[in-house]
Amino acid sequence: MAYNMKNTVQKPERLSPGHRMCAGCAAPVVVRTVLRALEEGDEAVITSATGCLEVSTFIYPYTSWKDSFIHSAFENASATTAGIEAAYRYKKKMGLLEKDYKFITFGGDGGTYDIGLQSLSGAMERGHDMVYVCYDNGAYMNTGIQRSSATPRYADTTTTPSGTQSLGKGQPRKDITGIMAAHRIPYTAQSALTANMKDLYEKSQKAIYTQGPAFLNVLAPCPRGWRYDTPKLLEISKIAVDTCYWPLFEVEGGVYTLNYQPKNKRPISDWLEIQGRFRHILKKPEIVEEIQKEVDERWKELLKLSGN
Amino acid sequence: MAVRDKRSGNEAVGIAMRQMNPGVVAAFPITPSTEVPQYFSGYAANGEVDTEFVPVESEHSAMSACIGASYAGVRAMTATSSNGLALMWEMLYIASSDRLPIVMAVVNRALSGPISIHNDHADSMGARDAGWVQLYGENNQEAYDNEIMAVCVAEHPDVELPVMNCYDGFITSHSVENIELLEDDAVRDFVGEYRPGHHLLNPGAPMSAGPLDMPGYYFEHKRSQAEGMICAKKVILETADRFYELTGRRYGLFEAYQMDDAEMAVILIGSSAGTAKEAVKRLRREGVKAGLIKIRVFRPFPAEEIKEALKGLRAVAVMDKSEGFSTHGGPLFHEVSSALYYGDKDLLLCSYIYGLGGRDVRVEDILQVFKSLSDDIARGSAEPYCRYLGVTDKEKEEAADGI
Repeated sequence: MAYNMKNTVQKPERLSPGHRMCAGCAAPVVVRTVLRALEEGDEAVITSATGCLEVSTFIYPYTSWKDSFIHSAFENASATTAGIEAAYRYKKKMGLLEKDYKFITFGGDGGTYDIGLQSLSGAMERGHDMVYVCYDNGAYMNTGIQRSSATPRYADTTTTPSGTQSLGKGQPRKDITGIMAAHRIPYTAQSALTANMKDLYEKSQKAIYTQGPAFLNVLAPCPRGWRYDTPKLLEISKIAVDTCYWPLFEVEGGVYTLNYQPKNKRPISDWLEIQGRFRHILKKPEIVEEIQKEVDERWKELLKLSGN
Repeated sequence: MAVRDKRSGNEAVGIAMRQMNPGVVAAFPITPSTEVPQYFSGYAANGEVDTEFVPVESEHSAMSACIGASYAGVRAMTATSSNGLALMWEMLYIASSDRLPIVMAVVNRALSGPISIHNDHADSMGARDAGWVQLYGENNQEAYDNEIMAVCVAEHPDVELPVMNCYDGFITSHSVENIELLEDDAVRDFVGEYRPGHHLLNPGAPMSAGPLDMPGYYFEHKRSQAEGMICAKKVILETADRFYELTGRRYGLFEAYQMDDAEMAVILIGSSAGTAKEAVKRLRREGVKAGLIKIRVFRPFPAEEIKEALKGLRAVAVMDKSEGFSTHGGPLFHEVSSALYYGDKDLLLCSYIYGLGGRDVRVEDILQVFKSLSDDIARGSAEPYCRYLGVTDKEKEEAADGI
């Protein structure tokens, strides 16, 4: 059935309001969209790495989670889910549980690209039937905007501050989606909050209902870290895909599919100008040009991989 | 009917795990505990257990997966040693604060560095404040028995805490001894079924686990966790009584060997107790009133009972197989001396650090400790009370030899 946002949002919410995520933060929108892709009546266990999402949604004695939810530490969300999924297989095998469960794990880019990479890689390689969703806001936002390996080059963060001798972060972003695709798991995809959440919703459905491990990397703008006006969440997401800074694609059985090609590829300056974290380079055309070149190269690579 | 058999400590523990048939075992190889998951994965491969075996990519993930599995409502077990336990550190605290009855064999090995694969107690002693019940065994039989009793203690509703079953690397883990194994059914009856009230895979009754606590709740959660540890002592003893009825093998919080009329004693943990018993036997033949206390339960520490057991003694050496670097004795010494603050303060008490990194401990070494205790009694002083046993000044000696 074709995606219809109006109908889709009629489904009961699985993340209750009242949590303490910031206004204009993408993470709860990502979570709600992913969880909406669960069939009504399907049981799920949600795992979260330590991060903004966890500390804002489960402050004792209140929880926003209507499904079973677990947090144990920062770097081990995948391993924690792996243990639950193994217990689930045991219970099914022993006839101790009738219902089917789905296992969805959320981590920020810190808990995914950096400190949680080992346990993520291990769980994916072992083939647990789980979906790992990275809400990628490109820095350690929970601790106050420190750089991660997801932070784009030249971003101003509190550990890569721009200064008289520095233009912000010196290194390019790690290609985590490529790394996960290289695990040759059944489903890997990159998504963003665009087109009425259609892309993320459909990819979540695929990821959840594909047997075996799946990985979603979702661009999750952070108003505090990126320094944009909170109502601009969807606009900024749209610019990310229209500049090809954040392409939408999926990898199934080693085959890359590009899900969106902008009719008019916008210049990267549109992406940089809307965010305060790049303010210090806007008056340096050679830097903006360098960033454009990097985006173009990555885009070209992806076009080639996806046979375009 | 019990079965007498020749088994290594690791194999005995592997067998105990097979007999209990847990829901999930997640483990990562590290010497000298590697054989435990190795034996166990063999049982899984041959359909001798129903367990889901998860060969994780690190010890940190092993404990994380056990936490997930235990929260999902099944029995979860693992085994590790040394640096593997150190890598789990963070998760040890989370497992205990989450009140998850995970059982872990800790095959004691020295911590790096320098890297040493041999036995001492630095690993589990480092984890002594992680909120886990800690049982220590002297030999293969005790390693097997403790693995089974650990499950009953961990899952008891008054306790609900994870348990470490500690035994000495190589000395116990790899030596083959004649031991008595229980029938599979007897073990399964003894530990019973595990059916927790709340867990993640409970359709219609979801739960949230692992919250953020603000200062209004954290303290109370820690206090209730401490209550579980306080209750553990009683449950450990009740479990030991049940086990005695089943096997005829008697366990307590510690073993008091030749202590009734002892004038001096050593207190220690683990396989060295076998050596110390031989030393005590020899001294007794010479008419020396020597005794031994072998600690079985280190967490919760049996302070009250140790205080009572040491009443009337004149000199005691507390022997630690881990340094601790406090500069005033090892961890066991601290426990014993603080227990004695409320007991017999006239007792001459000294600390020995011994056997680090697998340094051999012979009967003669223990006899030397008793000799020092006699000297202390004769001169009426235990000063200096922080001592080392069996450490040499090798570097100086080698330099003198031109090496």
